[in-house]
Amino acid sequence: MRESKIVSRKFGHKESHTLQVARKHGGYSAIDAAFALEATEIIDIIKVSGLRGKGGGGAPVGNKWALMPQDHDGPSYLAVNADESEPGTFKDRQIMAKDPHLLIEGIIITCYAIGAHDAYIYIRGEYYQFQQILQKAIDEAYAEGIIGEKVMGHDYRLDITIHRGAGAYICGEKSALLESMEGKRGHPRLKPQQKEPEWYFGNPTLVNNVETIATVPFIVKKGAKAYRLYGTDSSPGTLLFGLSGHVNRPGIYEAEFGVSMLEYIEQYGGGVKGGKRLKAVIPGGASTPVLTAQEASCVRLDYEDLRVMGSTLGTGGMIVMDEDTCMVSALKNLLEFYHHESCGQCTPCREGTGWVDGIVESLLKGEGTEEDVDRLLDVSQTMNGKTICVFAPAVSGVIDSFVTKFRGEFEAYLKGAR
Amino acid sequence: MSFVFTDENLKKIEALKERYPSPKALSLPCLWMAQHQESMVSMEAVEVIAELLDTPPMEIYRVATFYTMLNLEPVGKYHIQLCKTLSCALCGKAEVLKHLQERLDIVPGESSADGKFTLTQVECLGSCGTAPVMQVNDVYYEELTPEKIDEILETLR
Ligand SMILES: Cc1cc2nc3c(=O)[nH]c(=O)nc-3n(C[C@H](O)[C@H](O)[C@H](O)COP(=O)(O)O)c2cc1C
Ligand code: SF4
Ligand code: FES
Repeated sequence: MRESKIVSRKFGHKESHTLQVARKHGGYSAIDAAFALEATEIIDIIKVSGLRGKGGGGAPVGNKWALMPQDHDGPSYLAVNADESEPGTFKDRQIMAKDPHLLIEGIIITCYAIGAHDAYIYIRGEYYQFQQILQKAIDEAYAEGIIGEKVMGHDYRLDITIHRGAGAYICGEKSALLESMEGKRGHPRLKPQQKEPEWYFGNPTLVNNVETIATVPFIVKKGAKAYRLYGTDSSPGTLLFGLSGHVNRPGIYEAEFGVSMLEYIEQYGGGVKGGKRLKAVIPGGASTPVLTAQEASCVRLDYEDLRVMGSTLGTGGMIVMDEDTCMVSALKNLLEFYHHESCGQCTPCREGTGWVDGIVESLLKGEGTEEDVDRLLDVSQTMNGKTICVFAPAVSGVIDSFVTKFRGEFEAYLKGAR
Repeated sequence: MSFVFTDENLKKIEALKERYPSPKALSLPCLWMAQHQESMVSMEAVEVIAELLDTPPMEIYRVATFYTMLNLEPVGKYHIQLCKTLSCALCGKAEVLKHLQERLDIVPGESSADGKFTLTQVECLGSCGTAPVMQVNDVYYEELTPEKIDEILETLR
């Protein structure tokens, strides 16, 4: 695997979070290049680069930007998604802690491209320490005239405001995030028209993930082609993939799309802890279907290959499980999470997450019956595709993957089986 | 028991109003400020915020009850929040919890008799690479072990 550092390029420098160090290593050098272009030209560059959203969905970024009206009669907004609550995911915090100025640089270019003068960064409430580092960087940027009334001397106003969440996983979903920022409960919105932008107090709003925005300066400065030198044709570029669970060196390591999952785990993670054998990997945050060791050993880390495996790339945050892991307990752990985090708007989700949690609990207690395993799959079925947001369908996919791939372990818990 | 925002916070609130299209957007920022002042959100604070933002108190209350980090009940001086989600569970969270329970003589959901500590189990803190993790008030403690817990508790006095 060759080294591919685009977003994490400056992470290793001492005091990398300060403006001085950021500038010394090329920080903010993309701004003048961006302002020399028309807004629509920047959108075209992003389209050609093939950049895909790094918050878990992988949607083409340029197309989403193009949905923002250039001639809107009223304000447009950018909301940066720093909610980072998907279990197994801890990449955006690295950017905010180690190179906050890269994020600010990306915000400036993005706002200019979509015609926004107010950007908000919605950060999860628990990340208070990282919020403070980020706020300090924003203060520095204001003091140095990088943002504010005139962006680096250009006739363009930009204000950046951090909005602190308060502990609700669902606020990472883009429309729930905007509801929360409007001062309400974080309930995902029913959106009849997918081909329209999101809205904030009625005005068009772009929501992008922290890492997505932090990738923009490289592309604008070096060109779409330079980004495409990394990754595959349909999954171009890099991602801050991550490893947690049973590996020797958990952490975040940027790599290009298309590398082998097993090689990534070996090379960066130093393999499975304690020399044990691999049992399973959750590939991209807890809401992506689990892979068996066999599947993990032949999958490549890109959107297409994980699809072929019946899973998704998600956030790229891999949770590694060794041979001694009880898959029933692992699923129980995740179901407790989902049960706690369902926002409660849709009955299949609110009730379903409770039922499946209860069924697995009774299995673990040795009180389960023959039908319970199938009932798990039945309830899962009712959660798929009948809800306002994709939270419930994702839970359904997770349950199906655990139960079908490790059915033997579930049956071993049936009454009388032990 | 009445609630008033400090002058500093009132100034912050006025400045923030300039940043948002509507004062309604300020419910979370105001709730946070209230919690930082009193370590919890009281009904009095809810009413003060509602008046400041020109919103019915019930709306602010609905918001306050939705977000798990807002404490509607008093908590100890140190609110210990241990992550219980998968990566932490795989990396020794159970052992850390057991040790915390023994040292503090409480189970999750309880506060110590002297009112100093409250122990809560929470969902993923977004720090899975340094599991197990806990948060004490606003500060993260990572790669926890029973020994490390002892050291940390020494500093929280
Ligand atoms: C239940 C749920 C939780 C989500 N959580 C996050 C999150 O924590 N951070 C994030 O960036 N995107 C999250 N997303 C995806 C967002 O809805 C949105 O697609 C994303 O922020 C768009 O940015 P991107 O295209 O740059 O990835 C979540 C989606 C769902 C359905
Ligand atoms: S699917 Fe679940 S989380 Fe999503 S809106 Fe419905 S109840 Fe809320
Ligand atoms: S699982 Fe504990 S921090 Fe993510």
